[in-house]
Amino acid sequence: MTAAPVASAVGAKPIVTRILPRWRQHTGFMLGFSVLVVFALMAILAPLLAPHDPYAQDLMSRMRPPVWMEGGSWDHPFGADQVGRDYLSRIFYGARISLFVGLCVTLLSCLIGTTLGVAAGYFGGRVDTVISFLITARLAIPVVLVALAVVALVGSSLQVVIAVLGLLLWDRFAIVMRATTQQIRSADFIVAAKVQGASHLQIVVQEILPNVVNNLLVVATLEIAQAIVLEAALSFLGIGVPAPTPSWGLMIAEGRADVFFDPWLITIPGAFLFVLVLATNMTGDGLRDLTAPEGRNR
Amino acid sequence: MYRYILRRSVSGLLLILAVSLATFFLMFAGGDPATRMAGESGSVADIIRIREAYGFDRPIILQYLSWLGGFLTGDLGRSLYFDLPVSSILVERMFTTMRLGACAILLAVAIGVPLGVAAGCHPNTKIDRFALLFAVVGQAMPTFWFALLLVIAFSVTFPILPSSGLDSWKHYIMPMVVLSYFAAPAIMRLTRSGMIGVLDTDYIRTARAMGIVPRKVLMKYALRNALIPVVSLAAAQFGYMLAGSVVVESVFAIHGAGRLAWESILRSDLPVIQALVLCFSLFYIVLTFLADVVNAWLDPRMRIS
Repeated sequence: MTAAPVASAVGAKPIVTRILPRWRQHTGFMLGFSVLVVFALMAILAPLLAPHDPYAQDLMSRMRPPVWMEGGSWDHPFGADQVGRDYLSRIFYGARISLFVGLCVTLLSCLIGTTLGVAAGYFGGRVDTVISFLITARLAIPVVLVALAVVALVGSSLQVVIAVLGLLLWDRFAIVMRATTQQIRSADFIVAAKVQGASHLQIVVQEILPNVVNNLLVVATLEIAQAIVLEAALSFLGIGVPAPTPSWGLMIAEGRADVFFDPWLITIPGAFLFVLVLATNMTGDGLRDLTAPEGRNR
Repeated sequence: MYRYILRRSVSGLLLILAVSLATFFLMFAGGDPATRMAGESGSVADIIRIREAYGFDRPIILQYLSWLGGFLTGDLGRSLYFDLPVSSILVERMFTTMRLGACAILLAVAIGVPLGVAAGCHPNTKIDRFALLFAVVGQAMPTFWFALLLVIAFSVTFPILPSSGLDSWKHYIMPMVVLSYFAAPAIMRLTRSGMIGVLDTDYIRTARAMGIVPRKVLMKYALRNALIPVVSLAAAQFGYMLAGSVVVESVFAIHGAGRLAWESILRSDLPVIQALVLCFSLFYIVLTFLADVVNAWLDPRMRIS
């Protein structure tokens, strides 16, 4: 016996059908989302788009500047790095790393944070006290420092970076999910489900989750951006994704020695990182505007 | 008020205990610390000797208690790399980082609050859009890239600022700007939304209807209430900023606690890393505690809930 139809009364219609009529009017969301789609295509189609193998070294074209600078050629539109690897190809493959890390970390932290947050909000009482304490303790721990230390101790690899960041970045999910669950826990449809004899698990899965999914999506988008920046920062410090993987943070680190003569080695991957994070944040902010109740009248 | 402070201190102490436990177990993230310290060429005999010398053969709970006891009495252990007490290395480095962080958070508040007030008083105008742009760009800008861009602009293209070290006031400019641009967007946004919320309340409408000078309404009644959440945020941001100094200090070659942390991580100097993580957490806990006390003083309602 289930009470599923009740949930739709509060507005659990799929997010897309509610946004569609208004999404065109939100310039920030449209812009951010379009750029995000371009980056996603770039990442998926990297093997087709890249003019060269991102790992292939070619000593003849070492430090070739990008095409718009003196000495550049169309063979390497973004130039070639210190060992002659094509910069454009590495940028394309770098989008893969960034988006992959962003998605995996968010998935993992979403799982942890949502479980904790929903449990705290739904059960309240002692469970809430313990979980709230856990959240506060987590907030007191310096993320960058601990991530650096653990990745260095365990040994740096893509999997370790994802696991460590995923285990550290669940705080925002937990905070938002706790607050949202608290708001609806005593709503009529939850009480109705309880009266009908639904188990806790049934109530959480069938009644609560459909109603918090909008908020979840907003937090997830913003969290993807944070994970991408943190991966780049770890790789920049030499304790993230190991070389020769084409990570944008690592590319910036490798270009640092040449900051005085070839600053384009730093500006190009950094610009891509900046635009990707900007687009992700704009998508998240846009989603919040489009789904938040207070934004509906605007 | 005193009861609130007391209650808040107890939860703060519990928090410190929890964080210290997490920090202690950080040591075991990479497997057996004795094997790690012995290195690749270490023999089984070496490992056993290290285990005895550092007390790794004792029950884990005893190790934790003695580590915590040492921390409380100011003994942070011994650096494996320098072979000096950790406290003797840490204090000066921490001071450098704190000084830079304090300057940066002041700058962030000095930019974020007025900009947020201006944007909140005139929503959907040019100034509001500028403030939003400022925030959106700042929140997407990776600190290390922004730092390098500043170096490219002001040390390479127009060589007017030094790119490394912390010897004169000129050295402070770029790291300060980077750190404050990291913290300012959130402060600006919260001030803006607080301002919009407060200006919509009945007591502001009443004050205006009574004919009180608009400037006084803004400064005396609106700002004070809008700033209450900003106090907590600024304290938290200050804590994050100190921990985020790892990145900035490594770009600008500043010999602070952040750079020490990075170097210690590269050298697997565990006692130093543990001490730094615990110190940064402690700062955060103390800062948020102080912010809560200030807020309880600003807003009597907080003392009850």
